Amino acid sequence: MTRTALAGLLIASAVSVVTLQAARAEFGRVPAAPAQTAVIRSAALIGRAALSYRPLVADVYWLRTLQHYGRTKLSKDPHKQYNLLEPFLDLTTSLDPRFNAAYRFGAIFLSEPFPDGPGRPDQAIALLEKGLREQPGKWEYVYDIGFVEYWWRGNFQVAARRFQEAAGLPGGPSWLGPLAAVTLAQGGDRRSSRQLWRQVRESADADWLVKSAEHRLAQLDAMDQMDRLEAALGQASLRLGRSPGDWRDVVAAGVLRGVPLDPTGVPFVVRPDGHVGLRRDSTLNPLPTLGGRR
Amino acid sequence: MRLVGRLAVGVFKESVRDRVLYGLVIFAAVLMAATYLLGQLTAGQDIKIIKDLGLASISTLGLFMAVFVGIGLVWREVERRSIYNLLSKPVTREQFILGKYAGLVLTLAVNVAAMTAAFYLVLAYMNWNADDIMRRSWPAPALDPALMIAIGLIGVELLVVTAVALFFSTFSSPFLSAVLTLALWVVGHFNDDLKHFDAVVDSRPAVWVARALYYLLPDLSAFDVKSQVVHGLPVPAAAVALAVGYGAVYIAFLLVAAMLIFQRKDLQ
Repeated sequence: MTRTALAGLLIASAVSVVTLQAARAEFGRVPAAPAQTAVIRSAALIGRAALSYRPLVADVYWLRTLQHYGRTKLSKDPHKQYNLLEPFLDLTTSLDPRFNAAYRFGAIFLSEPFPDGPGRPDQAIALLEKGLREQPGKWEYVYDIGFVEYWWRGNFQVAARRFQEAAGLPGGPSWLGPLAAVTLAQGGDRRSSRQLWRQVRESADADWLVKSAEHRLAQLDAMDQMDRLEAALGQASLRLGRSPGDWRDVVAAGVLRGVPLDPTGVPFVVRPDGHVGLRRDSTLNPLPTLGGRR
Repeated sequence: MRLVGRLAVGVFKESVRDRVLYGLVIFAAVLMAATYLLGQLTAGQDIKIIKDLGLASISTLGLFMAVFVGIGLVWREVERRSIYNLLSKPVTREQFILGKYAGLVLTLAVNVAAMTAAFYLVLAYMNWNADDIMRRSWPAPALDPALMIAIGLIGVELLVVTAVALFFSTFSSPFLSAVLTLALWVVGHFNDDLKHFDAVVDSRPAVWVARALYYLLPDLSAFDVKSQVVHGLPVPAAAVALAVGYGAVYIAFLLVAAMLIFQRKDLQ
């Protein structure tokens, strides 16, 4: 066969591969297997099989953790489950017991309530305790446990104790002591919650964590605004002699100059029960109810 | 010594002719592609993963090079019958073994050095590209000089594996040599378990055999400090010195064994 003929064959086969792949994507889809596939849960077994590549295998499991969490979080399925999150995190941290991000970010993922996470602060704390067994002096893990206790469990006394404990560990920052005091005195109020999230933002070591903290701070701002708007609604009721049906009534009563917007620029709504709420499409939904309770 | 050097240079030139250095291109491509992709995927952990991946790639490509070049070093000369030509010159069989080994060591050294340079270039790029928030999450600086400790010990491990491959190639076929070398590499990473065999087995003779194998087989886990270095943990100088000493002695043992076998080999 001549070289030209071979080159022609090569091009023809390459074009066929691309065409068939495109056709397969369009028409030849096989129904997807359930996403929650089985997972080998024995870190000892995987660790042995990994030989000297344990850290690299841990990285692979970390990537799988992120994929599982991200994919499930974005899924619109109301029955979605995060049931591989904890096993993946456990494997990652067993294969690489000093994988700092897997403990810290993993605890955040585990704590997030459904639908943004599995809502398992107990597993988050267990993961951080595992990290502490590996590195007992790691103030960040103690602080993170305090954070989970504060924000997701509402255990302000435990949280304050953990912040105090973290402050006493090597490298523990100076702001932890005052934070512990504020938490003990005013645990659960918005001021202490705001202080906590500001510290998270200042000390964050990933962009998404900064964004997450800013999101929480925006939620707290929205809650402050909603309190003020509730008062405005009351004032409008007095002037109108009836409950205002929407913001136009409040503006007409001369209490507000225009439709109030939440920190993301979406208008607040007057709910049928007469209270102020976020519009359904506001990204600030759902508002926190524990550490930042109203 | 000059003869050994000339033999070594010959092996190096041959490996260049055999396109062994193409491994470097694969390494650079893998690392650069990973750098781009991981940035999108890893929630700020890209530097740790790039370091893990870089060190694992140096180790793996080096291993393949050591095994697949090492197993053919002696066998090929015998098969081509070029060994008669070589041994008719004033070259002893011991010098032949040493020269072949030194040649592969030279090839590996050039490869590892080039891969290390590429690795540091990628890390320098990431360092330059990172902001303060990202740097906060790094357990060690991007251009951490301690990485050289891990790379150095990977180098010593590769020298041991090369000696193992050369040892097997003095008396078996390339296929069998490859299987035996790779098997020994795997066992070498389990070696530490043999020491604690008594924890899982009651039989005294089995424990003695396991203990004997622990001392006899290469303990390749001694050269693995990748995780410690990536996490910025200190690696004691004494541990490094002992590992290097252990590697050197083990290489000497294997080379002497290879020389002894090759001395008695009937080349007719």
